[in-house]
Amino acid sequence: MAMSRDEIFTQVQEVLVDALGVDDDEVTTDATLMGDLGAESIDFLDIVFRLEKAFGIKIPREELFPAESLMNNSEYVHNGKLTEKGMAELREKMPHTNLTSFENDPDINKLGDLFTVNAIINYVEGKLNAA
Amino acid sequence: MRWIWIDKFVEFESGRRAVSLKNVTLAEEHLHDHFPGFPVMPECLMIEAMAQTAGILVGQAKKFREKVILAKIKKAAFFDYVKPGDTIELEANIESIAQEAASTSGKITCSDKLIAEIDLMFSHIDQNLAGKEFPEENFVFGTGTSVFESLIRDALSESGQKTEANQ
Repeated sequence: MAMSRDEIFTQVQEVLVDALGVDDDEVTTDATLMGDLGAESIDFLDIVFRLEKAFGIKIPREELFPAESLMNNSEYVHNGKLTEKGMAELREKMPHTNLTSFENDPDINKLGDLFTVNAIINYVEGKLNAA
Repeated sequence: MRWIWIDKFVEFESGRRAVSLKNVTLAEEHLHDHFPGFPVMPECLMIEAMAQTAGILVGQAKKFREKVILAKIKKAAFFDYVKPGDTIELEANIESIAQEAASTSGKITCSDKLIAEIDLMFSHIDQNLAGKEFPEENFVFGTGTSVFESLIRDALSESGQKTEANQ
């Protein structure tokens, strides 16, 4: 049976509460993982492992959090900003994320803001529907 | 010299689980200060013992080729004291293992009494940290690997025999 968006949210919320030691009321759909919830790089792997268990899916790390690999490629980053090519790559790799405001100022320090709770829910939803 | 904080492995199933033992003795100097007149094993050192048990399990799963670093203590809950003369048993299970990292769950018992539950995450640092360069030499399992291998040898061969017997 397909899960509803609310059910997915509840499970994602539980995963983030356990992985990041935050309160459940902090995990809103528009909360950013790094800025609002204090996630660090190893936490992303922890979250990936926990999501795989919670939903019984397989998640290649670069699929859910692709920006990490983009940031280290000189073709995609110039003077701390994402290049056109990098932007195209990001759009392709993060179809489940709204990139509009980032496109206006593609400062790589703001890449972290793209990882929102909502982006995870969208990703999981897409993955479950594809299965 | 490597600081080894467990005494032996009694079970070792490659890539899945391991059980080790640590004998606690009043010859360990820190117990005289922790606490005077009431020696109990510091909880941080129980985490260290679990990190070694689970870390060697994770390292062996990738044939000791990765630099396995303790990256996160996901959970550490303690339920009872460990005193000099006690032998604690540490059981670690691999929950997930990927190219970049592994997560483990574990529990510590003493004479079947639950002492602690400790869940950890390890990073394979060459696969992480955004292309930062680390020394070629494997400073985790490089020169000290012979010690780790001797620690697990007996348990590995016994577990191997058990698996063969079951087949």
